[in-house]
Amino acid sequence: MSDSRSLSPADLATTVVFAAFIAVLGLFPGINAGSSGVPIVLQNVGPILAACLLGARRGTAATALFLALTAIGLPLLSGGRGGIAPFFGPGGGFLLGWLLSALVAGLVVARLKRRTLPVLLLAGVAGAAADYLVGVPFLGLYTEDLWSAAVQSLVYVPGDAIKVAGAAVVAATVHRALPNRMAGAAT
Amino acid sequence: MIEFEGVGHRYGDRVVLDRVDLRVTERRVAFVGSNGSGKSTLARTINGLIRPTAGRVLVDGLDPARDGRAVRRRVGFVFANPDSQIVMPTAGEDVAFSLRRSGMSKRERAERSIEVLAEYGLGGYADHPAHLLSDGQKQLLALCSTLVLEPAVLVCDEPTTLLDLRNKRRFVELLHTLDQQIVMVTHDLDLLAGFDRVIVLDAGRVVADDAPGPALHHYRDLAG
Amino acid sequence: MTGGWYEPGTSPLHRAPAGVKLLVLLALAATVLVLHSPFLLGGVCAVIALGYASARVTPRRCLRLAVTLTLLVAFVFTIQGLLLGPAAALTICLRLVAAFSAAELFTVTTRVDAVVDTVENALRPLRRFGVRPDRVGLTVGLTLQAIAALTTIAAEVRQAAIARNAAFSVKALVVPFLIRTLRHSDELGQALAVRGDDDRP
Repeated sequence: MSDSRSLSPADLATTVVFAAFIAVLGLFPGINAGSSGVPIVLQNVGPILAACLLGARRGTAATALFLALTAIGLPLLSGGRGGIAPFFGPGGGFLLGWLLSALVAGLVVARLKRRTLPVLLLAGVAGAAADYLVGVPFLGLYTEDLWSAAVQSLVYVPGDAIKVAGAAVVAATVHRALPNRMAGAAT
Repeated sequence: MIEFEGVGHRYGDRVVLDRVDLRVTERRVAFVGSNGSGKSTLARTINGLIRPTAGRVLVDGLDPARDGRAVRRRVGFVFANPDSQIVMPTAGEDVAFSLRRSGMSKRERAERSIEVLAEYGLGGYADHPAHLLSDGQKQLLALCSTLVLEPAVLVCDEPTTLLDLRNKRRFVELLHTLDQQIVMVTHDLDLLAGFDRVIVLDAGRVVADDAPGPALHHYRDLAG
Repeated sequence: MTGGWYEPGTSPLHRAPAGVKLLVLLALAATVLVLHSPFLLGGVCAVIALGYASARVTPRRCLRLAVTLTLLVAFVFTIQGLLLGPAAALTICLRLVAAFSAAELFTVTTRVDAVVDTVENALRPLRRFGVRPDRVGLTVGLTLQAIAALTTIAAEVRQAAIARNAAFSVKALVVPFLIRTLRHSDELGQALAVRGDDDRP
């Protein structure tokens, strides 16, 4: 791959465009899932999707850029939230955890090489689990009790499970749709 | 038959459509106008992609604002960029995706898709990755995925924007062989040979409504 | 730079350097994590409230913050009250309120470009690891343009999904969106290469 000290134009472009992709997943109203009509905001699987398509390095870079832009005050989180405050709230660790999420999901895809639904599902589950690995201890700083922080975080598990499954289906479809493009992309 | 009754649309203060009244029964109809004339918005009210903020639209007596699903089964829509509407990885699967609620078995859907692809010049491409098709073929695929549902009306919004001259001509020739009523949105006057009626829009109003010759004369005057 | 949540003003908090404010914020967050007494934590919250008053944050903004905090506290207090008891839940909630509202005060009183400048300065020592601080501004601008472009694409894709009577299909909404996103990134990469933005200093 390219020299780690330079960022190629293609790398810069994918980083920028996929940071924007994560933002638009949150800004865009009406990405609904299921016929229930309940809007499901897919933003938190954005980093996993980015990593499954771009690989660990570029997926994580896009996620980092997105988080940085949010932190400097752009209202890019779902619901138009932004600024540094969301990083200090109870979910702050889950936001920072997106970095580990993208890294882990990207590494799983790279390691298993094939881009089939089971592989992408595994990558998604591992990525989501990595997010909890950061999010729960962070919340534990406030509660001084890891167990209670874990229980509080259970609320998000059902929604995340559905979203990860959806993201894996989407990623598998895109990989099948653009078979040549992805070869060697995941590093 | 498509009826527009006092159709208006505004985004905040900006008036996009201003009381449009039309009855469209001709088989080949074009909405012509410059960028921002409201032609695309008007076309999108036909299948409920955009809801008028005033007046109403009726397609064979059905209001797309109320019976959107039923109207969209009658009205197929082809977009400028086929990448927006191609969902599935291969051409055959994408056509079959349109049939997912048809009650057909998976095998029947696949067979029907192969037939439709062959009918419109994509014979043998059923298992071909959709996004490795040429731009012209992709637009044909978008057309196949729409026509497989046998709509009564086909709305095409600048369908040849991304096509080269040869593919553009082929696409338009193909459109003329279809049984469907066609509503074509365009600012490309080359597409309008053989059309029955051309409706020229400017700043959200109908400024000419005639056979192609006189209507286009008016449009050229407007363009200065 | 537009679109931020900054509110213009001339108060001392507005004029303080972004880097200093950020360090104070981090110190404050660390402090509330070691405090246990509800009175001390309440005191910290009161000081932050004074900060809001001195920065003349608009009532509308304060109301929005109050709504967010109320929902947050209701959720956390209920769960942690059941798990750890009301006293501990109160401490946790006061810590959250203090850290969250102090962080929000930073965003309200600090211009986005001031933050960008601070980030550029802070990254300067990382040059030797390939970080290019001078490209921070460029990257922010490019991302905002990309957001605008992808918003248009997302709207088109959504209309196409509706036109195929697939408005509730995640596949129909997200797959074409991702494919067009990938194409957009290819085009941007080529545009940047043509402009020579890969030149090294």
